[in-house]
Amino acid sequence: MSAQPDLLYSEEEEALRAAVRDLLADHCDAAGVIARVESDAPHDRELWKLLADGMGLAGLLVPEEQGGQGATHREVAVVLEELGRAVAPVPFLTSAVVATEALLAGEAGDLLGDLASGRKIGTLAVALNLPAGSAYKVVRHEGGALHGELTGIADAAVADVLLVPADDGGLYAVDASAATVTPQVSLDLTRPLAKVVLDGAPGRLLGDAEPAVRRALRAGAALLASEQLGLAEWTLTETVRYLKERKQFNRPVGGFQALKHRLAQLWLEVVNLRAAARNAADALATGSDDADVAVAVAQAFAAPVAVHAAEEALQLHGGIGMTWEHPVHLYLKRAKADSIAYGTAGAHRAALAELVDLPSP
Amino acid sequence: MTDAAELRRRTAELLAAFPPATTDRVDFLRARFDAGLAWVHYPEGLGGLGAPRSLQAVVDADLEAEGAPDNDPRRIGIGLGMAAPTILAYGTEEQKRRYLRPLWTGEEVWCQLFSEPGAGSDLAALGTRAVRESGGEWVVNGQKVWTSSAHIARWAILIARTDPDAPKHRGITYFICDMTDPGVEVRPLRQVTGEAEFNEVFITDVRIPDSRRLGEIGDGWKVAQTTLNNERVAIGGMRLPREGGMIGPVSKTWRERPELRTHDLHQRLLQLWVEAEAARLTAERLRQQLVAGQPGPEGAGMKLAFARLNQEISGLEVELRGEEGLLYDDWTMRRPELVDFVGRDAGYRYLRSKGNSIEGGTTEVLLNIVAERVLGLPSEPRTDKDVAWKDLAR
Ligand SMILES: Cc1cc2nc3c(=O)[nH]c(=O)nc-3n(C[C@H](O)[C@H](O)[C@H](O)COP(=O)(O)OP(=O)(O)OC[C@H]3O[C@@H](n4cnc5c(N)ncnc54)[C@H](O)[C@@H]3O)c2cc1C
Repeated sequence: MSAQPDLLYSEEEEALRAAVRDLLADHCDAAGVIARVESDAPHDRELWKLLADGMGLAGLLVPEEQGGQGATHREVAVVLEELGRAVAPVPFLTSAVVATEALLAGEAGDLLGDLASGRKIGTLAVALNLPAGSAYKVVRHEGGALHGELTGIADAAVADVLLVPADDGGLYAVDASAATVTPQVSLDLTRPLAKVVLDGAPGRLLGDAEPAVRRALRAGAALLASEQLGLAEWTLTETVRYLKERKQFNRPVGGFQALKHRLAQLWLEVVNLRAAARNAADALATGSDDADVAVAVAQAFAAPVAVHAAEEALQLHGGIGMTWEHPVHLYLKRAKADSIAYGTAGAHRAALAELVDLPSP
Repeated sequence: MTDAAELRRRTAELLAAFPPATTDRVDFLRARFDAGLAWVHYPEGLGGLGAPRSLQAVVDADLEAEGAPDNDPRRIGIGLGMAAPTILAYGTEEQKRRYLRPLWTGEEVWCQLFSEPGAGSDLAALGTRAVRESGGEWVVNGQKVWTSSAHIARWAILIARTDPDAPKHRGITYFICDMTDPGVEVRPLRQVTGEAEFNEVFITDVRIPDSRRLGEIGDGWKVAQTTLNNERVAIGGMRLPREGGMIGPVSKTWRERPELRTHDLHQRLLQLWVEAEAARLTAERLRQQLVAGQPGPEGAGMKLAFARLNQEISGLEVELRGEEGLLYDDWTMRRPELVDFVGRDAGYRYLRSKGNSIEGGTTEVLLNIVAERVLGLPSEPRTDKDVAWKDLAR
């Protein structure tokens, strides 16, 4: 086994967390997110500009000589914890992580710098539910133009550039203006999906699709665990806070042992999720041999925990938890969608079975 | 201040003066204690050098590389994990010098006389009485139960009631009890595994000199908190390799016995494998926090996590073995010196791990502790807090 992973947060990482959290506190309140997701423009472009332009977060994974910050997956993970905690409707995971990783695998030219600076938003045109290594849908490449229809593409509605795998094995950059992008009604309103139709759209070849998509989806899965950690933490903290205040039967309901035990149980799950998510981020950051196992463990563990935390939060808030105006539904929808994104827990367990030699019957 | 280089130098000196290959085991351990390399964070003269706790690993690694004997920490877990930190915190100089060295070398085994038939989770309700005679000696009467290692122990940490008129938490005093004294009777208590790892202990007119009192009279509950907190810390924070816990044997069986595999068991095995790995990483994270001097509350959770995992994994393993799972290796009533999870078969692991959610505080009680101390939720209503112990309904 490789060297021990560093599972803690460095001082710089904590400083980054504090900065992101401050910004989100000022610019991403729950009421605002709820109002926004009902509008025609569910994404918060202003917030994205502050994060990308203002803080340079879109370029964390991009080396400095290519216009980025030259940071690692560890810092990205910290940012995702905070974005998850706020269910922020910004294309950080899809553009700054997944599309960026796909570009880092090939010859991206200026595009990488464009994404890193936040001047452009990119998205990988592969359905959000696919795990790394599984078959993905491709479009037809014919006479220098692309033809076909792709669905389930996260954040395509705000993307300037689509990274599209084609049937010749290449990955192409397609200008969003050359495609027809139609929003799909999505379970998670804060990370909406869209349908992309290409009808003779021109594309610029970036390189081989297979390794780029695999790398991108693996990073997506690994770092999604940190988003899931952030949202699980928010639901737990908020539920504990509420149950200390809410009184029934002449005492705070948080004093009833049946609820205390459920919350303590959730706390334990979140603590374990933090270790698993940190391990995955560190494994990618250090290029560890153990990265595939670390990612599979993190994703197999994270999804059930985040969903459980959000479901408990709704239940323990009682009637108010069931309302549209209370933000818990944003978290439940994100948690449930995240449990499918970049592969379900079951898909990651199946991958793990191969990796650690526990073969199926 | 003692740094890593200094510790390595002292370790090399110890190894040169007492070559492990030719030195008697106990002699080596005594020399190691005297060199301050037993637990480096303890004070000088008491097995340590007042160095940062994190540097123990440096010493251990060098000693292990040279094949130095260890003090069999699992056999003396109660002494190391619970008695020692309590004696260090509350003992007199004389007590520290008398007890810590043979405790650490394993020459003297310790046990914990806390639980009673009527006082388990509600430990502060205990009824064992200690009455002070005019000469200053204490005379103790009562019954303790579930006492692990009492049959091999030389000493016990004991809590007894010294003031029945005070509310239950306030009338308790903490003692060191000599297990060889007349009046201490240890009877094996057979458990679900067939063996007798723990005991009933009957205490009849046992005389304890006041010099073996630990802490002030009536302060026993506070002293016991040190013991109990250390008990829980001792459980987290150990460094395990992947598949180092209970998941190891079942994974091995899965790999070696393809004929036993079914789809249902495969799903459950993978799920538990993932959970075991996450728990292992959490323990590692806790350890890294301790080394960095920023201990987190994770420790409170580790015992909960491992208890559940041990039980589910060992249960799965019994099922996986099919026809063999219907058998058991040996029901003989043995009196083991330590719990041996891997030396026995799956059925034993299944049964013994049932104790993991009871010993050292039940899962229910630990969940209360997490909810109240970590999450800050309101505590249970208390009706017995200010009532004299003698007036409590029993
Ligand atoms: C293998 C083993 C080794 C042990 N070794 C030692 C030893 O060396 N020395 C020693 O002193 N003791 C020892 N013990 C005793 C152990 O600490 C007690 O068994 C334990 O604290 C529980 O007490 P009890 O058995 O009286 O259960 P009880 O307290 O009677 O509990 C019965 C049930 O009620 C639940 N319960 C109790 N209070 C609450 C509450 N407030 N809220 C919710 N649920 C509650 C419990 O969780 C349990 O399920 C050992 C026990 C085992 C199993």
